[in-house]
Amino acid sequence: MSEKKDYNGVETTGHEWDGIEELNNPLPRWWVWVFYATIIWGIGYTIAYPAWPGIKSSTAGLLGYSTRANVAEDIADVNAQNAALRTELAGADLAALVDNRDSEVYSYAVNGGRAVFAANCSQCHGSGADGVAPANGYPNLRDDAWLWGGTVEDIAFTVAHGIRNEQSLDARWSEMPAFGDILPEEEVEQVVQYVLSLSGNETDAALAEAGAEVFDLNCSSCHGVEGMGDTFQGAPNLTDAIWLYGGDEDSVTETVMNSRFGVMPAWSDDYRVGAGLTQDEVNAVAVYVHQLGGGQ
Amino acid sequence: MSTDNKKPPMPASATGVDERPKKRSILDRHKILETNATLLLIFSFLVVTVGGIVQIAPLFYLENTIEEVEGVRPYTPLELAGREIYVREGCYVCHSQMIRPMRDEVERYGHYSLAAESMYDHPFQWGSKRTGPDLARVGGRYSDAWHVDHLIDPQAVVPESVMPPYAYLMDKEITPEYMGDLLSTHAMVGVPYTEDMIANAEADFYAQLDPFSDGYDGLVARYIVDENPDDDREPRNTIVARNFDGQDAVTEMDALVAYLQMLGTLVDFSTFTPEEAAMPR
Repeated sequence: MSEKKDYNGVETTGHEWDGIEELNNPLPRWWVWVFYATIIWGIGYTIAYPAWPGIKSSTAGLLGYSTRANVAEDIADVNAQNAALRTELAGADLAALVDNRDSEVYSYAVNGGRAVFAANCSQCHGSGADGVAPANGYPNLRDDAWLWGGTVEDIAFTVAHGIRNEQSLDARWSEMPAFGDILPEEEVEQVVQYVLSLSGNETDAALAEAGAEVFDLNCSSCHGVEGMGDTFQGAPNLTDAIWLYGGDEDSVTETVMNSRFGVMPAWSDDYRVGAGLTQDEVNAVAVYVHQLGGGQ
Repeated sequence: MSTDNKKPPMPASATGVDERPKKRSILDRHKILETNATLLLIFSFLVVTVGGIVQIAPLFYLENTIEEVEGVRPYTPLELAGREIYVREGCYVCHSQMIRPMRDEVERYGHYSLAAESMYDHPFQWGSKRTGPDLARVGGRYSDAWHVDHLIDPQAVVPESVMPPYAYLMDKEITPEYMGDLLSTHAMVGVPYTEDMIANAEADFYAQLDPFSDGYDGLVARYIVDENPDDDREPRNTIVARNFDGQDAVTEMDALVAYLQMLGTLVDFSTFTPEEAAMPR
Protein backbone atom coordinates (compact mmCIF):
# COMPACT_ATOMS: atom_id res chain seq x y z
CA MET A 1 0.00 0.00 0.00
CA SER A 2 1.33 3.35 -0.91
CA GLU A 3 2.37 5.64 1.82
CA LYS A 4 1.13 8.67 0.07
CA LYS A 5 -2.56 9.01 -0.28
CA ASP A 6 -4.33 11.77 -2.00
CA TYR A 7 -8.08 11.62 -1.66
CA ASN A 8 -8.53 14.84 -3.55
CA GLY A 9 -11.15 15.72 -1.08
CA VAL A 10 -13.20 12.64 -2.01
CA GLU A 11 -14.73 10.60 0.74
CA THR A 12 -14.34 6.87 0.96
CA THR A 13 -17.29 4.58 1.51
CA GLY A 14 -15.87 3.31 4.76
CA HIS A 15 -15.26 -0.15 3.34
CA GLU A 16 -11.78 -1.30 4.05
CA TRP A 17 -10.15 -4.66 3.54
CA ASP A 18 -6.49 -5.23 4.18
CA GLY A 19 -6.05 -1.54 3.87
CA ILE A 20 -7.77 -1.28 0.52
CA GLU A 21 -10.38 1.43 0.62
CA GLU A 22 -13.15 2.39 -1.73
CA LEU A 23 -13.58 5.97 -2.83
CA ASN A 24 -17.11 7.23 -2.84
CA ASN A 25 -17.02 9.16 -6.08
CA PRO A 26 -20.38 10.43 -7.24
CA LEU A 27 -21.76 8.85 -10.42
CA PRO A 28 -21.20 10.89 -13.58
CA ARG A 29 -23.86 13.52 -13.91
CA TRP A 30 -24.95 12.36 -17.36
CA TRP A 31 -25.46 8.82 -16.04
CA VAL A 32 -27.61 10.01 -13.18
CA TRP A 33 -29.80 12.02 -15.53
CA VAL A 34 -30.22 9.07 -17.86
CA PHE A 35 -31.22 7.00 -14.86
CA TYR A 36 -33.88 9.53 -13.85
CA ALA A 37 -35.02 9.76 -17.45
CA THR A 38 -35.62 6.00 -17.62
CA ILE A 39 -37.80 6.22 -14.52
CA ILE A 40 -39.86 8.98 -16.09
CA TRP A 41 -40.03 7.04 -19.35
CA GLY A 42 -41.15 3.97 -17.42
CA ILE A 43 -44.00 5.88 -15.84
CA GLY A 44 -45.03 7.27 -19.20
CA TYR A 45 -44.85 3.82 -20.71
CA THR A 46 -47.20 2.33 -18.15
CA ILE A 47 -49.66 5.12 -18.88
CA ALA A 48 -49.47 4.61 -22.62
CA TYR A 49 -49.64 0.81 -22.58
CA PRO A 50 -51.70 -1.72 -20.61
CA ALA A 51 -49.99 -2.05 -17.25
CA TRP A 52 -51.37 -1.24 -13.84
CA PRO A 53 -53.54 -3.85 -12.18
CA GLY A 54 -56.72 -2.62 -10.57
CA ILE A 55 -59.50 -4.31 -8.67
CA LYS A 56 -61.27 -5.94 -11.61
CA SER A 57 -59.16 -5.16 -14.62
CA SER A 58 -55.90 -3.55 -15.53
CA THR A 59 -55.43 -0.16 -17.15
CA ALA A 60 -55.83 -0.38 -20.91
CA GLY A 61 -53.30 2.31 -21.71
CA LEU A 62 -53.86 5.55 -23.60
CA LEU A 63 -52.64 4.14 -26.91
CA GLY A 64 -55.18 1.32 -26.78
CA TYR A 65 -52.57 -1.28 -27.65
CA SER A 66 -53.80 -4.86 -27.98
CA THR A 67 -51.90 -7.77 -29.51
CA ARG A 68 -55.12 -9.46 -30.54
CA ALA A 69 -56.52 -6.37 -32.14
CA ASN A 70 -53.22 -5.93 -33.97
CA VAL A 71 -53.16 -9.41 -35.41
CA ALA A 72 -56.79 -9.16 -36.43
CA GLU A 73 -55.98 -5.87 -38.14
CA ASP A 74 -52.89 -7.31 -39.86
CA ILE A 75 -54.91 -10.19 -41.24
CA ALA A 76 -57.76 -7.94 -42.28
CA ASP A 77 -55.27 -5.64 -44.05
CA VAL A 78 -53.75 -8.41 -46.11
CA ASN A 79 -57.14 -9.93 -46.84
CA ALA A 80 -58.39 -6.54 -47.96
CA GLN A 81 -55.54 -6.24 -50.46
CA ASN A 82 -56.82 -9.31 -52.28
CA ALA A 83 -60.43 -9.00 -51.23
CA ALA A 84 -61.79 -8.84 -54.76
CA LEU A 85 -59.74 -11.80 -55.95
CA ARG A 86 -60.57 -13.84 -52.87
CA THR A 87 -64.28 -13.24 -53.18
CA GLU A 88 -64.20 -14.06 -56.85
CA LEU A 89 -62.19 -17.21 -56.23
CA ALA A 90 -64.41 -18.39 -53.39
CA GLY A 91 -67.47 -18.23 -55.60
CA ALA A 92 -65.77 -19.14 -58.87
CA ASP A 93 -67.00 -21.70 -61.36
CA LEU A 94 -63.83 -23.76 -61.12
CA ALA A 95 -64.27 -25.60 -64.40
CA ALA A 96 -64.50 -22.31 -66.26
CA LEU A 97 -61.64 -20.88 -64.23
CA VAL A 98 -59.12 -23.58 -65.17
CA ASP A 99 -59.98 -23.04 -68.83
CA ASN A 100 -59.17 -19.38 -68.52
CA ARG A 101 -55.51 -19.48 -67.63
CA ASP A 102 -54.82 -15.88 -68.48
CA SER A 103 -57.13 -14.48 -65.86
CA GLU A 104 -55.81 -12.79 -62.77
CA VAL A 105 -57.90 -15.03 -60.54
CA TYR A 106 -56.33 -18.12 -62.05
CA SER A 107 -52.85 -16.81 -61.45
CA TYR A 108 -53.78 -15.85 -57.88
CA ALA A 109 -55.24 -19.31 -57.31
CA VAL A 110 -52.17 -21.16 -58.57
CA ASN A 111 -49.73 -19.07 -56.57
CA GLY A 112 -51.88 -18.95 -53.45
CA GLY A 113 -52.63 -22.64 -53.82
CA ARG A 114 -48.92 -23.40 -53.93
CA ALA A 115 -48.49 -21.74 -50.53
CA VAL A 116 -51.52 -23.52 -49.09
CA PHE A 117 -50.21 -26.81 -50.40
CA ALA A 118 -46.76 -26.31 -48.91
CA ALA A 119 -48.15 -25.52 -45.47
CA ASN A 120 -50.92 -28.09 -45.31
CA CYS A 121 -50.69 -30.84 -47.90
CA SER A 122 -46.99 -31.51 -48.45
CA GLN A 123 -46.64 -33.53 -45.26
CA CYS A 124 -48.51 -36.44 -46.84
CA HIS A 125 -48.37 -35.76 -50.56
CA GLY A 126 -44.78 -34.51 -50.61
CA SER A 127 -43.60 -31.01 -51.27
CA GLY A 128 -43.62 -31.82 -54.97
CA ALA A 129 -47.09 -33.41 -54.75
CA ASP A 130 -45.62 -36.65 -56.05
CA GLY A 131 -46.64 -38.77 -53.07
CA VAL A 132 -43.39 -38.69 -51.18
CA ALA A 133 -43.73 -42.14 -49.68
CA PRO A 134 -44.29 -44.37 -52.69
CA ALA A 135 -46.73 -47.24 -52.27
CA ASN A 136 -47.49 -46.09 -48.76
CA GLY A 137 -51.04 -44.87 -49.22
CA TYR A 138 -50.22 -41.23 -49.98
CA PRO A 139 -51.19 -40.68 -53.59
CA ASN A 140 -49.12 -38.92 -56.19
CA LEU A 141 -51.14 -35.93 -57.38
CA ARG A 142 -49.16 -35.34 -60.55
CA ASP A 143 -50.28 -38.44 -62.44
CA ASP A 144 -53.51 -39.24 -64.26
CA ALA A 145 -54.87 -41.66 -61.67
CA TRP A 146 -57.63 -40.19 -59.51
CA LEU A 147 -59.42 -42.32 -56.96
CA TRP A 148 -62.21 -39.83 -56.39
CA GLY A 149 -62.17 -37.90 -59.62
CA GLY A 150 -59.66 -35.58 -61.18
CA THR A 151 -61.76 -32.65 -62.31
CA VAL A 152 -61.06 -29.46 -60.43
CA GLU A 153 -64.47 -29.63 -58.74
CA ASP A 154 -63.79 -33.19 -57.59
CA ILE A 155 -60.44 -32.13 -56.20
CA ALA A 156 -61.95 -29.15 -54.40
CA PHE A 157 -64.62 -31.39 -52.86
CA THR A 158 -62.04 -33.91 -51.71
CA VAL A 159 -59.93 -31.16 -50.15
CA ALA A 160 -62.88 -29.64 -48.34
CA HIS A 161 -64.42 -32.85 -47.03
CA GLY A 162 -61.58 -35.32 -47.04
CA ILE A 163 -61.75 -39.07 -47.28
CA ARG A 164 -63.07 -41.56 -44.70
CA ASN A 165 -62.77 -39.12 -41.81
CA GLU A 166 -65.13 -38.53 -38.94
CA GLN A 167 -64.98 -34.77 -39.32
CA SER A 168 -67.22 -34.20 -42.32
CA LEU A 169 -70.47 -36.03 -42.98
CA ASP A 170 -69.82 -35.45 -46.67
CA ALA A 171 -66.40 -37.06 -46.60
CA ARG A 172 -65.64 -39.39 -49.50
CA TRP A 173 -66.45 -42.78 -48.13
CA SER A 174 -66.11 -46.37 -49.20
CA GLU A 175 -64.74 -49.43 -47.54
CA MET A 176 -63.34 -52.42 -49.29
CA PRO A 177 -64.16 -55.64 -47.45
CA ALA A 178 -61.27 -57.63 -46.04
CA PHE A 179 -61.56 -60.60 -48.38
CA GLY A 180 -59.37 -62.66 -46.11
CA ASP A 181 -62.52 -63.16 -44.05
CA ILE A 182 -64.70 -63.92 -47.08
CA LEU A 183 -62.80 -65.88 -49.69
CA PRO A 184 -60.94 -69.13 -49.26
CA GLU A 185 -57.20 -68.79 -49.52
CA GLU A 186 -56.89 -70.31 -52.98
CA GLU A 187 -59.44 -67.91 -54.41
CA VAL A 188 -57.46 -64.99 -52.98
CA GLU A 189 -54.38 -66.38 -54.65
CA GLN A 190 -56.28 -66.72 -57.94
CA VAL A 191 -57.76 -63.24 -57.87
CA VAL A 192 -54.39 -61.70 -57.03
CA GLN A 193 -52.92 -63.35 -60.12
CA TYR A 194 -55.83 -62.08 -62.19
CA VAL A 195 -55.53 -58.52 -60.86
CA LEU A 196 -51.81 -58.50 -61.57
CA SER A 197 -52.46 -59.76 -65.10
CA LEU A 198 -54.77 -56.79 -65.74
CA SER A 199 -51.84 -54.39 -65.74
CA GLY A 200 -49.76 -56.61 -67.99
CA ASN A 201 -47.71 -58.43 -65.36
CA GLU A 202 -46.53 -61.94 -66.06
CA THR A 203 -48.73 -64.20 -64.00
CA ASP A 204 -49.69 -67.81 -63.63
CA ALA A 205 -52.16 -68.13 -66.49
CA ALA A 206 -54.21 -70.95 -64.97
CA LEU A 207 -54.58 -69.18 -61.63
CA ALA A 208 -55.39 -65.91 -63.35
CA GLU A 209 -58.08 -67.52 -65.42
CA ALA A 210 -59.70 -68.98 -62.33
CA GLY A 211 -59.26 -65.59 -60.69
CA ALA A 212 -61.27 -63.90 -63.43
CA GLU A 213 -64.38 -65.59 -62.17
CA VAL A 214 -63.62 -64.71 -58.55
CA PHE A 215 -63.08 -61.12 -59.65
CA ASP A 216 -66.34 -61.03 -61.53
CA LEU A 217 -68.28 -62.25 -58.52
CA ASN A 218 -66.57 -60.25 -55.80
CA CYS A 219 -64.70 -57.27 -57.16
CA SER A 220 -66.37 -56.07 -60.30
CA SER A 221 -69.21 -54.26 -58.56
CA CYS A 222 -66.74 -51.59 -57.41
CA HIS A 223 -63.70 -51.99 -59.65
CA GLY A 224 -65.79 -52.56 -62.77
CA VAL A 225 -66.04 -55.62 -64.97
CA GLU A 226 -62.90 -54.54 -66.78
CA GLY A 227 -61.15 -53.51 -63.57
CA MET A 228 -61.15 -49.90 -64.67
CA GLY A 229 -62.25 -48.62 -61.27
CA ASP A 230 -64.97 -46.21 -60.28
CA THR A 231 -64.28 -42.74 -58.99
CA PHE A 232 -67.76 -42.59 -57.48
CA GLN A 233 -66.71 -45.22 -54.98
CA GLY A 234 -63.04 -44.41 -54.83
CA ALA A 235 -62.30 -47.78 -56.39
CA PRO A 236 -58.94 -47.64 -58.13
CA ASN A 237 -58.31 -48.59 -61.72
CA LEU A 238 -56.49 -51.93 -61.58
CA THR A 239 -55.36 -51.98 -65.20
CA ASP A 240 -52.71 -49.30 -64.91
CA ALA A 241 -49.28 -49.49 -63.33
CA ILE A 242 -50.14 -47.04 -60.58
CA TRP A 243 -50.47 -48.62 -57.16
CA LEU A 244 -51.31 -46.72 -54.01
CA TYR A 245 -50.16 -49.53 -51.72
CA GLY A 246 -47.73 -51.35 -53.99
CA GLY A 247 -48.25 -53.52 -57.04
CA ASP A 248 -46.13 -56.54 -56.19
CA GLU A 249 -47.75 -59.83 -55.35
CA ASP A 250 -47.31 -59.50 -51.59
CA SER A 251 -48.77 -56.01 -51.45
CA VAL A 252 -51.77 -56.89 -53.58
CA THR A 253 -52.38 -60.00 -51.51
CA GLU A 254 -52.24 -57.90 -48.36
CA THR A 255 -54.73 -55.46 -49.87
CA VAL A 256 -57.14 -58.23 -50.86
CA MET A 257 -56.84 -60.03 -47.53
CA ASN A 258 -57.10 -57.08 -45.15
CA SER A 259 -58.25 -54.23 -47.36
CA ARG A 260 -57.00 -50.67 -46.98
CA PHE A 261 -58.59 -47.71 -45.33
CA GLY A 262 -56.78 -44.54 -46.27
CA VAL A 263 -57.93 -41.44 -44.43
CA MET A 264 -57.60 -37.83 -45.49
CA PRO A 265 -58.72 -35.10 -43.08
CA ALA A 266 -61.42 -32.61 -44.03
CA TRP A 267 -59.68 -29.31 -44.70
CA SER A 268 -62.60 -26.91 -44.89
CA ASP A 269 -62.76 -24.58 -41.91
CA ASP A 270 -66.36 -25.68 -41.48
CA TYR A 271 -64.89 -28.71 -39.77
CA ARG A 272 -61.91 -27.15 -38.09
CA VAL A 273 -62.91 -23.60 -37.35
CA GLY A 274 -59.87 -21.46 -36.81
CA ALA A 275 -57.45 -23.97 -38.26
CA GLY A 276 -58.94 -25.20 -41.53
CA LEU A 277 -58.95 -23.67 -45.02
CA THR A 278 -61.39 -21.02 -46.13
CA GLN A 279 -63.41 -21.59 -49.30
CA ASP A 280 -61.06 -19.49 -51.41
CA GLU A 281 -58.07 -21.42 -50.06
CA VAL A 282 -59.77 -24.73 -50.85
CA ASN A 283 -60.44 -23.54 -54.39
CA ALA A 284 -56.92 -22.18 -54.74
CA VAL A 285 -55.26 -25.43 -53.72
CA ALA A 286 -57.64 -27.40 -55.96
CA VAL A 287 -56.65 -25.25 -58.93
CA TYR A 288 -52.98 -25.62 -58.01
CA VAL A 289 -53.23 -29.42 -57.80
CA HIS A 290 -55.29 -29.56 -60.98
CA GLN A 291 -52.63 -27.78 -63.01
CA LEU A 292 -49.77 -29.98 -61.76
CA GLY A 293 -50.27 -32.33 -64.67
CA GLY A 294 -52.97 -34.84 -63.88
CA GLY A 295 -56.05 -32.64 -63.79
CA GLN A 296 -58.91 -33.70 -65.97
CA MET B 1 1.39 -4.97 3.03
CA SER B 2 1.90 -2.44 5.72
CA THR B 3 -0.66 -1.65 8.30
CA ASP B 4 1.40 0.88 10.12
CA ASN B 5 0.16 4.05 11.63
CA LYS B 6 1.49 6.33 8.94
CA LYS B 7 -1.77 6.20 7.04
CA PRO B 8 -3.23 9.60 6.48
CA PRO B 9 -6.31 10.17 8.59
CA MET B 10 -9.42 8.64 7.13
CA PRO B 11 -11.96 11.08 5.84
CA ALA B 12 -14.37 11.96 8.49
CA SER B 13 -17.44 10.20 7.10
CA ALA B 14 -15.63 6.95 6.56
CA THR B 15 -14.62 6.54 10.14
CA GLY B 16 -18.15 6.94 11.36
CA VAL B 17 -16.95 8.67 14.49
CA ASP B 18 -17.07 12.17 13.17
CA GLU B 19 -19.32 14.97 14.18
CA ARG B 20 -21.37 15.13 10.98
CA PRO B 21 -24.49 17.21 10.93
CA LYS B 22 -27.30 15.47 12.79
CA LYS B 23 -29.79 15.25 9.91
CA ARG B 24 -29.28 11.77 8.46
CA SER B 25 -30.93 11.27 5.11
CA ILE B 26 -32.41 7.95 3.94
CA LEU B 27 -29.37 7.53 1.77
CA ASP B 28 -27.21 7.51 4.83
CA ARG B 29 -29.40 4.92 6.48
CA HIS B 30 -28.82 2.80 3.40
CA LYS B 31 -25.40 2.12 4.83
CA ILE B 32 -27.01 0.04 7.53
CA LEU B 33 -28.25 -2.35 4.84
CA GLU B 34 -25.03 -2.36 2.94
CA THR B 35 -23.01 -3.35 5.96
CA ASN B 36 -25.36 -6.00 7.28
CA ALA B 37 -25.64 -9.04 5.03
CA THR B 38 -28.67 -10.53 6.77
CA LEU B 39 -30.61 -7.32 6.63
CA LEU B 40 -29.65 -6.87 2.99
CA LEU B 41 -30.99 -10.34 2.25
CA ILE B 42 -34.25 -9.69 4.04
CA PHE B 43 -34.84 -6.37 2.33
CA SER B 44 -33.87 -7.76 -1.10
CA PHE B 45 -36.43 -10.47 -0.57
CA LEU B 46 -39.06 -7.90 0.34
CA VAL B 47 -38.37 -5.94 -2.83
CA VAL B 48 -38.64 -9.06 -4.97
CA THR B 49 -41.88 -9.96 -3.19
CA VAL B 50 -43.38 -6.61 -4.07
CA GLY B 51 -42.40 -7.17 -7.71
CA GLY B 52 -44.01 -10.58 -7.63
CA ILE B 53 -47.20 -9.35 -6.04
CA VAL B 54 -47.58 -6.53 -8.54
CA GLN B 55 -46.73 -8.58 -11.62
CA ILE B 56 -48.02 -12.08 -10.90
CA ALA B 57 -50.83 -11.89 -8.38
CA PRO B 58 -53.19 -9.73 -10.51
CA LEU B 59 -53.17 -12.36 -13.25
CA PHE B 60 -55.01 -14.67 -10.91
CA TYR B 61 -57.92 -12.35 -10.23
CA LEU B 62 -58.19 -9.79 -13.05
CA GLU B 63 -61.21 -10.67 -15.12
CA ASN B 64 -59.67 -9.64 -18.40
CA THR B 65 -56.80 -12.09 -17.98
CA ILE B 66 -59.01 -15.08 -17.33
CA GLU B 67 -60.74 -16.09 -20.51
CA GLU B 68 -63.92 -18.04 -20.35
CA VAL B 69 -64.17 -20.25 -23.37
CA GLU B 70 -66.42 -23.17 -24.01
CA GLY B 71 -65.24 -26.66 -24.62
CA VAL B 72 -61.97 -26.90 -22.73
CA ARG B 73 -62.10 -30.12 -20.76
CA PRO B 74 -59.62 -32.20 -18.77
CA TYR B 75 -57.69 -34.78 -20.78
CA THR B 76 -59.19 -38.24 -20.96
CA PRO B 77 -57.06 -41.01 -19.43
CA LEU B 78 -55.74 -42.15 -22.83
CA GLU B 79 -54.90 -38.59 -23.87
CA LEU B 80 -53.23 -37.95 -20.53
CA ALA B 81 -51.16 -41.09 -20.95
CA GLY B 82 -50.15 -39.84 -24.40
CA ARG B 83 -49.28 -36.51 -22.93
CA GLU B 84 -47.00 -38.20 -20.40
CA ILE B 85 -45.23 -39.90 -23.30
CA TYR B 86 -44.98 -36.57 -25.12
CA VAL B 87 -43.31 -35.07 -22.05
CA ARG B 88 -41.14 -38.14 -21.45
CA GLU B 89 -39.80 -38.12 -25.00
CA GLY B 90 -39.04 -34.42 -24.75
CA CYS B 91 -41.21 -33.45 -27.71
CA TYR B 92 -41.41 -29.95 -26.22
CA VAL B 93 -37.70 -29.51 -26.85
CA CYS B 94 -38.36 -29.16 -30.58
CA HIS B 95 -42.10 -28.51 -30.78
CA SER B 96 -43.91 -25.60 -29.21
CA GLN B 97 -47.62 -25.64 -28.42
CA MET B 98 -48.21 -21.95 -28.58
CA ILE B 99 -49.44 -20.11 -31.66
CA ARG B 100 -48.55 -16.49 -31.06
CA PRO B 101 -50.89 -13.71 -32.12
CA MET B 102 -48.99 -12.82 -35.29
CA ARG B 103 -50.29 -13.00 -38.83
CA ASP B 104 -47.71 -15.47 -40.15
CA GLU B 105 -48.32 -17.90 -37.29
CA VAL B 106 -52.09 -17.64 -37.46
CA GLU B 107 -52.04 -18.23 -41.21
CA ARG B 108 -49.82 -21.26 -40.92
CA TYR B 109 -51.05 -22.94 -37.76
CA GLY B 110 -54.54 -21.58 -37.17
CA HIS B 111 -56.15 -19.44 -34.51
CA TYR B 112 -53.68 -18.13 -31.93
CA SER B 113 -53.54 -20.10 -28.71
CA LEU B 114 -55.68 -19.06 -25.79
CA ALA B 115 -54.54 -19.24 -22.18
CA ALA B 116 -57.62 -21.32 -21.42
CA GLU B 117 -56.49 -24.00 -23.85
CA SER B 118 -53.59 -24.98 -21.62
CA MET B 119 -55.37 -24.46 -18.30
CA TYR B 120 -55.27 -28.17 -17.50
CA ASP B 121 -51.67 -28.64 -18.61
CA HIS B 122 -49.32 -29.60 -15.79
CA PRO B 123 -46.73 -28.70 -16.85
CA PHE B 124 -47.67 -26.55 -19.83
CA GLN B 125 -46.08 -27.44 -23.16
CA TRP B 126 -45.74 -23.98 -24.67
CA GLY B 127 -42.09 -24.65 -25.38
CA SER B 128 -39.48 -22.10 -26.24
CA LYS B 129 -38.01 -23.30 -29.50
CA ARG B 130 -39.25 -24.66 -32.78
CA THR B 131 -37.03 -27.10 -34.57
CA GLY B 132 -40.21 -28.75 -35.75
CA PRO B 133 -43.52 -27.00 -36.32
CA ASP B 134 -45.87 -25.80 -33.63
CA LEU B 135 -48.27 -28.53 -32.53
CA ALA B 136 -50.90 -26.49 -30.72
CA ARG B 137 -53.49 -27.25 -33.42
CA VAL B 138 -52.17 -30.45 -34.93
CA GLY B 139 -55.33 -32.32 -33.92
CA GLY B 140 -57.34 -33.53 -36.92
CA ARG B 141 -54.74 -32.20 -39.33
CA TYR B 142 -53.37 -35.58 -40.37
CA SER B 143 -54.70 -39.10 -40.42
CA ASP B 144 -53.78 -41.55 -37.66
CA ALA B 145 -51.91 -43.61 -40.23
CA TRP B 146 -49.80 -40.59 -41.09
CA HIS B 147 -48.91 -40.00 -37.44
CA VAL B 148 -47.98 -43.66 -37.04
CA ASP B 149 -45.89 -43.69 -40.24
CA HIS B 150 -44.29 -40.41 -39.28
CA LEU B 151 -43.43 -41.43 -35.72
CA ILE B 152 -41.99 -44.74 -36.92
CA ASP B 153 -39.81 -43.07 -39.52
CA PRO B 154 -40.27 -39.33 -40.01
CA GLN B 155 -38.16 -39.21 -43.16
CA ALA B 156 -40.39 -41.79 -44.84
CA VAL B 157 -43.10 -39.19 -45.17
CA VAL B 158 -41.21 -35.92 -44.77
CA PRO B 159 -37.76 -36.36 -46.34
CA GLU B 160 -36.63 -32.89 -45.22
CA SER B 161 -37.32 -33.69 -41.57
CA VAL B 162 -34.58 -33.98 -38.93
CA MET B 163 -36.88 -35.62 -36.40
CA PRO B 164 -35.60 -38.82 -34.82
CA PRO B 165 -37.69 -42.00 -35.15
CA TYR B 166 -39.92 -43.24 -32.35
CA ALA B 167 -40.70 -46.65 -33.83
CA TYR B 168 -40.44 -48.44 -30.49
CA LEU B 169 -43.67 -46.79 -29.34
CA MET B 170 -45.43 -49.38 -31.51
CA ASP B 171 -43.98 -52.20 -29.43
CA LYS B 172 -44.38 -50.75 -25.97
CA GLU B 173 -47.68 -51.95 -24.62
CA ILE B 174 -49.28 -49.95 -21.87
CA THR B 175 -51.91 -50.66 -19.29
CA PRO B 176 -53.98 -48.10 -17.42
CA GLU B 177 -52.83 -49.55 -14.10
CA TYR B 178 -51.75 -46.20 -12.70
CA MET B 179 -54.18 -43.96 -14.57
CA GLY B 180 -56.34 -43.44 -11.48
CA ASP B 181 -53.29 -42.25 -9.56
CA LEU B 182 -52.26 -40.00 -12.41
CA LEU B 183 -55.70 -38.42 -12.54
CA SER B 184 -55.69 -37.96 -8.77
CA THR B 185 -52.32 -36.25 -8.98
CA HIS B 186 -53.64 -33.86 -11.59
CA ALA B 187 -56.78 -33.31 -9.50
CA MET B 188 -54.53 -32.37 -6.60
CA VAL B 189 -53.02 -29.51 -8.61
CA GLY B 190 -56.39 -28.21 -9.71
CA VAL B 191 -57.61 -30.17 -12.72
CA PRO B 192 -61.32 -30.83 -12.10
CA TYR B 193 -61.23 -34.61 -12.31
CA THR B 194 -64.25 -35.95 -10.47
CA GLU B 195 -64.34 -39.00 -8.23
CA ASP B 196 -66.28 -40.67 -11.02
CA MET B 197 -63.56 -39.96 -13.57
CA ILE B 198 -60.84 -41.23 -11.26
CA ALA B 199 -62.78 -44.36 -10.37
CA ASN B 200 -63.43 -45.13 -14.05
CA ALA B 201 -60.00 -44.18 -15.35
CA GLU B 202 -59.10 -47.70 -16.42
CA ALA B 203 -62.39 -48.32 -18.20
CA ASP B 204 -62.26 -44.93 -19.94
CA PHE B 205 -58.71 -45.61 -21.05
CA TYR B 206 -59.83 -48.67 -23.00
CA ALA B 207 -63.16 -47.16 -24.09
CA GLN B 208 -61.41 -44.49 -26.14
CA LEU B 209 -59.77 -47.16 -28.28
CA ASP B 210 -63.14 -48.39 -29.54
CA PRO B 211 -66.13 -46.10 -30.10
CA PHE B 212 -68.38 -49.15 -30.27
CA SER B 213 -67.33 -50.47 -26.89
CA ASP B 214 -69.69 -50.61 -23.92
CA GLY B 215 -67.72 -48.01 -22.01
CA TYR B 216 -67.71 -45.36 -24.74
CA ASP B 217 -70.95 -43.67 -23.72
CA GLY B 218 -69.74 -43.47 -20.14
CA LEU B 219 -66.51 -41.87 -21.29
CA VAL B 220 -68.38 -39.23 -23.27
CA ALA B 221 -70.83 -38.61 -20.43
CA ARG B 222 -67.99 -38.03 -18.02
CA TYR B 223 -65.85 -35.75 -20.14
CA ILE B 224 -68.28 -33.87 -22.37
CA VAL B 225 -70.30 -31.64 -20.11
CA ASP B 226 -72.88 -29.14 -21.30
CA GLU B 227 -71.54 -25.88 -19.93
CA ASN B 228 -74.64 -23.94 -20.92
CA PRO B 229 -77.59 -26.19 -20.13
CA ASP B 230 -79.97 -23.29 -20.78
CA ASP B 231 -79.41 -23.01 -24.51
CA ASP B 232 -80.45 -25.56 -27.09
CA ARG B 233 -77.03 -26.31 -28.39
CA GLU B 234 -75.58 -29.71 -27.65
CA PRO B 235 -71.98 -29.64 -26.47
CA ARG B 236 -69.53 -30.74 -29.14
CA ASN B 237 -68.12 -34.20 -28.65
CA THR B 238 -64.38 -33.55 -28.81
CA ILE B 239 -63.37 -37.08 -27.88
CA VAL B 240 -61.65 -38.82 -30.74
CA ALA B 241 -62.07 -42.55 -30.22
CA ARG B 242 -60.51 -45.15 -32.49
CA ASN B 243 -57.81 -47.75 -32.63
CA PHE B 244 -55.13 -45.20 -33.33
CA ASP B 245 -52.16 -47.37 -34.23
CA GLY B 246 -54.09 -50.04 -36.15
CA GLN B 247 -52.71 -52.84 -33.97
CA ASP B 248 -54.68 -55.05 -31.63
CA ALA B 249 -52.29 -54.35 -28.77
CA VAL B 250 -52.69 -51.13 -26.79
CA THR B 251 -49.38 -49.39 -27.18
CA GLU B 252 -47.78 -46.09 -26.34
CA MET B 253 -48.34 -45.20 -29.98
CA ASP B 254 -52.11 -45.36 -29.39
CA ALA B 255 -51.86 -43.01 -26.45
CA LEU B 256 -49.53 -40.52 -28.11
CA VAL B 257 -51.57 -40.32 -31.32
CA ALA B 258 -54.77 -39.95 -29.27
CA TYR B 259 -53.17 -36.97 -27.56
CA LEU B 260 -51.90 -35.44 -30.81
CA GLN B 261 -55.28 -35.86 -32.49
CA MET B 262 -57.06 -33.75 -29.87
CA LEU B 263 -54.53 -30.94 -29.58
CA GLY B 264 -56.14 -27.58 -30.21
CA THR B 265 -59.55 -29.04 -31.10
CA LEU B 266 -61.40 -28.31 -27.86
CA VAL B 267 -62.44 -24.71 -28.42
CA ASP B 268 -65.13 -24.14 -30.99
CA PHE B 269 -63.86 -20.98 -32.62
CA SER B 270 -67.13 -20.41 -34.43
CA THR B 271 -68.54 -19.29 -31.08
CA PHE B 272 -65.42 -17.54 -29.86
CA THR B 273 -64.98 -13.78 -29.89
CA PRO B 274 -61.80 -12.45 -28.32
CA GLU B 275 -63.49 -9.30 -27.06
CA GLU B 276 -66.22 -11.07 -25.14
CA ALA B 277 -63.97 -13.75 -23.74
CA ALA B 278 -61.53 -11.28 -22.23
CA MET B 279 -63.89 -8.46 -21.35
CA PRO B 280 -64.21 -7.24 -17.79
CA ARG B 281 -67.58 -8.45 -16.64
